[in-house]
Amino acid sequence: MTTTVTPPETTPAKESKRPRLPKSARAGGTLHGGPIAYAILIVFTIVSLFPLVWTAIAASRDNQRLAQNPPPFWFGSNLFKNLEIAWEDANLGEAFLNTTIVAGISAVTIVVLSTIAGFAFAKLRFKGRNALMLIVIGTMMVPPQLSIIPLYMMVAKLDWSDQLQAVIFPSLVSAFGVFFMRQYLLQALPDEVIEAARVDGASSWRVIWHVVFPAARPAMAVLGMLMFVQTWNDFLWPFLVLTQTGSPTVQVAVAGLGRGYTPDQSLIMAGALLGTLPLLLVFTIFGKQIVGGIMQGAVKG
Amino acid sequence: MATRHDTAALPSKGGAAPGRPSKGSAPMDKDQRRRAKLSRRWQRDMRWSPYAFVSPFFLLFIAFGLFPLLYTGWASLHQVELTAPTDMSWVGLKNYTRIFDDEFFWNAAQNTLTIGIIATVPQLLIAMGIAHILNYKLRASTFYRVAMLAPYATSIASASLVFVLLFGYDYGMINWALDFVGIDPVDWQGEKWPSQFAVSSIIIWRWTGYNALIYLAAMQAIPQDLYESAALDGASRWKQFIHVTLPSLRPTILFTVVVSTIGASQVFGEPLLFDANKGASGGAEHQFQTLGLYLYEQGWVNQHLGRASAIAWTMFAILIVIGIINQLISRRLRASS
Repeated sequence: MTTTVTPPETTPAKESKRPRLPKSARAGGTLHGGPIAYAILIVFTIVSLFPLVWTAIAASRDNQRLAQNPPPFWFGSNLFKNLEIAWEDANLGEAFLNTTIVAGISAVTIVVLSTIAGFAFAKLRFKGRNALMLIVIGTMMVPPQLSIIPLYMMVAKLDWSDQLQAVIFPSLVSAFGVFFMRQYLLQALPDEVIEAARVDGASSWRVIWHVVFPAARPAMAVLGMLMFVQTWNDFLWPFLVLTQTGSPTVQVAVAGLGRGYTPDQSLIMAGALLGTLPLLLVFTIFGKQIVGGIMQGAVKG
Repeated sequence: MATRHDTAALPSKGGAAPGRPSKGSAPMDKDQRRRAKLSRRWQRDMRWSPYAFVSPFFLLFIAFGLFPLLYTGWASLHQVELTAPTDMSWVGLKNYTRIFDDEFFWNAAQNTLTIGIIATVPQLLIAMGIAHILNYKLRASTFYRVAMLAPYATSIASASLVFVLLFGYDYGMINWALDFVGIDPVDWQGEKWPSQFAVSSIIIWRWTGYNALIYLAAMQAIPQDLYESAALDGASRWKQFIHVTLPSLRPTILFTVVVSTIGASQVFGEPLLFDANKGASGGAEHQFQTLGLYLYEQGWVNQHLGRASAIAWTMFAILIVIGIINQLISRRLRASS
């Protein structure tokens, strides 16, 4: 993608074949960016990355240094010490384990259920299909905040507070996932393939297992990643039902660092850094795929 | 093989007809019955499995989405305390009438609106501009795209804690930079507009890159010949952007506006953590307390779950009104084009 820069010699030859167009006609994808475009992008990139880099810088200093002017611009020597203390203080070891469990279960379940439901909405005919799909889309518009009070009562009644299932179950409802998979399967799975499997006598479950899952694999990966990120970063609900000392998720644990009696800023930054690091690593490694997935989902959405 | 289920489907329809067993040899009959059974199973499968496939979503939704939503409405008509959430006593509409005289509610509603505007409008405009630039042929374009998605990977909790430090009054990076260019330090936490701007900046920072990618995807789906014919008509680059790009992006823009509006209506973590020492009040004078934060304060700090439910349903009503207005605007836009 980044290597398809056409050498300048070939451009005139190409243009002579096509009808002569004014230069402005080649907007939208074919025009090379000028220095101003690069300058804006670089500024934007710096703004995007600076707070993260500075988190690491602040985490590598100590509280005293952060209470001085000018603020530090380069790394100090306390990074690993602070990370270690933050890890201990915020109960981050358990928090990471908990969050991985919650986000993992939630992402896998959402992906599987959404693929199956999305397949039904995209490819099967049944009574009430359109009405049900409208309901799915409608539920996307309802903010989850509106249901937290009864959910909280349910959790209290079931005695689930500070237990992971209190966070897992409500997170399994994802209308977005159903919509996302439906949009993908509408295009990616030709009707003939399903027909062929039917003709061979495959039941609907076999069709799902042998035809739909293989065809949907790329979208399932993207959806899984999006859901994992979303659950990993979820704050309000875990904050209500989990406590820092009980079984926190990473966000609850990190937020707890900032509410200490004598907040040590460098420790808070170390915690913030630790809470973000795993996802940043994933985004660095799979960045291209994630970007592609979000953009694909956007067009089809 | 190709017609197997077609032929099998026929006898099952007339299966009960007694006139058929003229060639009633036993093995044939058995075979027919087997086929009929198979086809009945087939029909059952075709008819009911779609519902089986969509039911997990709907069951989960009813249990953890719809039921709680309705129950919030029920709870809003009661006095319920956090300490005994199952003890409900009927108070009718008192929780709602109370809201109308509640200055903190209206303060929070106003803050939600202003923070929503400050956070959403620049965010989408910047995202549009960045997407337009990204749509050029660029070196290292993947790098920019991944880099601008990094804030999206950062959690609200982490981002808020970092921004609190950056916006610090005495030793924050931003006041230091302002001082560098000769501007007096700003009280980013204590004063109303600076604090709302600061809280909004966290949201802008986290979401601009993501929205830019969505716009970029939509821009790349615009057919090239639209631009070419516009250019042949003598349209400048700016005019092309206005007359080709923007109209083609209309559904995407509406989508992002709806999503951002919903997001803005529920802002919670950023203002909560922006002044963690003040608890859920959203600053000493509630200057950046949002509705989401106020709901939390009423329900979990003041422990009045009934009143918090009434706040939730009022928010819901406001959202529906916004949704209807949005629909009307988009319909008018569509009609005018």
